[in-house]
Amino acid sequence: MSTLLEVRGLTKQFVKDDTGIVALRDFDLQVEQGSFVTILGRSGCGKSTALNLLSGLLQPTSGTVTYKGGPVDGPRTEISYLTQSDTLMPWRDVRRNIEMPMEISGVGARERRQRAMELVERVGLSGFEHHYPRELSGGMRRRVSLARMLVGNPETLLMDEPFGALDAQLRMDLQAELLRLWQDSGQTVVFVTHDIEEALLLGDRVVVLGLRGRCVLDRGIDLPRPRDPDELRVEPEFVALHRQMTEALRKGAK
Amino acid sequence: MSAMTESTESLKTESETRADVVVLQRSWWERNGRTTSVWAARVALIVGLVAAWQLAAGRLFDSSFTSRPTDIWARLVDWNADGTLWMHSWITLQEVVYGYALGSAGGALLGFVLASIPTFYKVLDPFIMALYAIPKVALAPLFIVWFGIEMDMKILLAAVTVFFLVFLNTAAGVREVDRGLIDAVRLMGGGRRDIALKVVLPASMTGMLTGLKVAIPYALIGAVIGELVASNRGLGYLISNSAATFDTAGVFATLVVLSVIAAILNFLVGLLDHRVSRWKPAEART
Repeated sequence: MSTLLEVRGLTKQFVKDDTGIVALRDFDLQVEQGSFVTILGRSGCGKSTALNLLSGLLQPTSGTVTYKGGPVDGPRTEISYLTQSDTLMPWRDVRRNIEMPMEISGVGARERRQRAMELVERVGLSGFEHHYPRELSGGMRRRVSLARMLVGNPETLLMDEPFGALDAQLRMDLQAELLRLWQDSGQTVVFVTHDIEEALLLGDRVVVLGLRGRCVLDRGIDLPRPRDPDELRVEPEFVALHRQMTEALRKGAK
Repeated sequence: MSAMTESTESLKTESETRADVVVLQRSWWERNGRTTSVWAARVALIVGLVAAWQLAAGRLFDSSFTSRPTDIWARLVDWNADGTLWMHSWITLQEVVYGYALGSAGGALLGFVLASIPTFYKVLDPFIMALYAIPKVALAPLFIVWFGIEMDMKILLAAVTVFFLVFLNTAAGVREVDRGLIDAVRLMGGGRRDIALKVVLPASMTGMLTGLKVAIPYALIGAVIGELVASNRGLGYLISNSAATFDTAGVFATLVVLSVIAAILNFLVGLLDHRVSRWKPAEART
């Protein structure tokens, strides 16, 4: 496996009046091609800032992000980013929202339509393609966002607590769906969460962040896939990992 | 092609048989009762007011000041017969339409462009507000000097009034665009053009439409004020001429015509609004 995404000494400072607020300091990360990395941290530890920098939306104060050997200095289409909040265009219906990335990259209308319909089906929204976002439930909107993200066949997916605002049952469904869509796709995923269980359930590797992006723990998770959340919860290995993560999070807050 | 229609058909039946869609058997009154009673109340109100006016005029008030509905109606019938009504209405309507078109096109375009360049807008903001605050009547003498007392001057007065309302609302719409939506387009690899056309333009539609809607009566105000200041044709002229000859029935008849014109214009914009804002929640629609 080769390193796909490399982050070195990443620092981001926001300016407020006369003071600079450091959101992230000397953050290092290496992501292997095809792996599923979860970044675990409490809120305010700079994990969203880290993803914004990885996606190229923000420019770092210092440090570098390298993707396939080249620097990331702006958003690029091989990297897709699913943000915490919905960014569906409220004036477009489901199908036209999913078509949007293809519209921008100049795919023809007929092919756009066909691929959008395929994805509508893959995320289980058949029959809703002409609904507007406000007519959908929160879980369905997330599915549309997921479809819009996948439609451009990105190599790398960045996800920032994508299921944080959903109820527990729905979150489990969507996690399972994400794993199903990811498996055998060869895509690389960087998934940010504050939920230990989610991190362990999804990731090949978990990176625990402390304040300002200090790396507290970085370890591989070799729980066998497919992982079933109900069975996993009582497994001794899982329990041990859970304890280790809790400990790391506590340490990171200091 | 046939496969395409087949698949859309199967989807349609799927959504129709969904468990959460229930066919309701509602009576005519259950469906239309509310609208009907609102309209009935409206009709009752106007009939009541007109009747009260008719009865009070000449008894409680001096009818040479307040006129009376029957006189106003008779005047409208006369003016209709001799063509006065249509000639003057046509003049005013042209001024309103041209002024509105000119002002709203300029306001929407300039509002969109200027607000898309934030620093530039920030520089201009105080000047624009200062110009906006000028009572537009105060410009009438200047426009008379420039364009004479023909239609041009009224068109321009209406256009200036409309311009600011559309401009400010469009600019506000542009500047309040959700940052997240812009970032989403950037992540899809979109450039400035994509952001402007696919996010800012549709997002600012709401503001622009609000501007277009509130500007309609102001186009009428602009034109009529221009006519009141100096003219020999148009509904504004008809009002000032009638008032000068102490013909209150004529004044009220003209006011009736003006409000009918305003109602028609409002109705037209309402149709446009409904088409454009289909994606908005029902409560937010007006």
